[in-house]
Amino acid sequence: MRERRKESLTRRREAATQGRHSPRAESRPGMSDTTPTMKSLIETRLSDAFAPVRLSVVDESHLHAGHAGWREGGETHFRLEVVSDAFAGKSRVERHRMVNAALQEAFDRGLHALAIKADAPAP
Amino acid sequence: MADAHQTIDAEVKSNDVVLFMKGTPQFPMCGFSGQVVQILNYLGVPYKGVNVLDDEGVRQGIKDYSNWPTIPQLYVKGEFVGGCDITREMFQSGELQQFFTEKGVPVKQGA
Repeated sequence: MRERRKESLTRRREAATQGRHSPRAESRPGMSDTTPTMKSLIETRLSDAFAPVRLSVVDESHLHAGHAGWREGGETHFRLEVVSDAFAGKSRVERHRMVNAALQEAFDRGLHALAIKADAPAP
Repeated sequence: MADAHQTIDAEVKSNDVVLFMKGTPQFPMCGFSGQVVQILNYLGVPYKGVNVLDDEGVRQGIKDYSNWPTIPQLYVKGEFVGGCDITREMFQSGELQQFFTEKGVPVKQGA
């Protein structure tokens, strides 16, 4: 059980590394095993929606192993920081709603928990 | 679904401070819910905790109620305040204490 977890972690890490080098690899036709990782899906959606000046997406699923919402394979719990002009003049709730709306597909695909820090750039 | 909406609406409107959470204030079942519980306890604010794990209808319904996909959710005098991140940010900046006071909800002195 533990070994299998380690294996799948390694595989995920490899996938994440590949994703970094060719973020659009998932859209190449005829390739199996190219479903985008949740992390790359989140990054792509936020980049497209907000053209952020700063974006950090961290998979924290391993911290929640074994409790509600977690599942084998991870990709359920994420923490993100996004800084974009799009958030200027918006309330906290509005900023979070904008982020959540941009990530609807990720929630549909099983994203369970999302810690959000969304700000406009400091003036 | 309509039933869940009514249940939620009744809780939100009949309690000055309501936290929809996983688990109970005494025994939170999720770290995010637990953080908000700690903040409310620290401020000494009287509140009602609604355990969404007790009712699947409420668990789903609360996400639609405020167009907010995650739990916990904090409501004060019928108004949606936010989830864990927003509550914590407001607490850390002192806005939350001020917000409660403005809403007429007593906050423990010195908190």
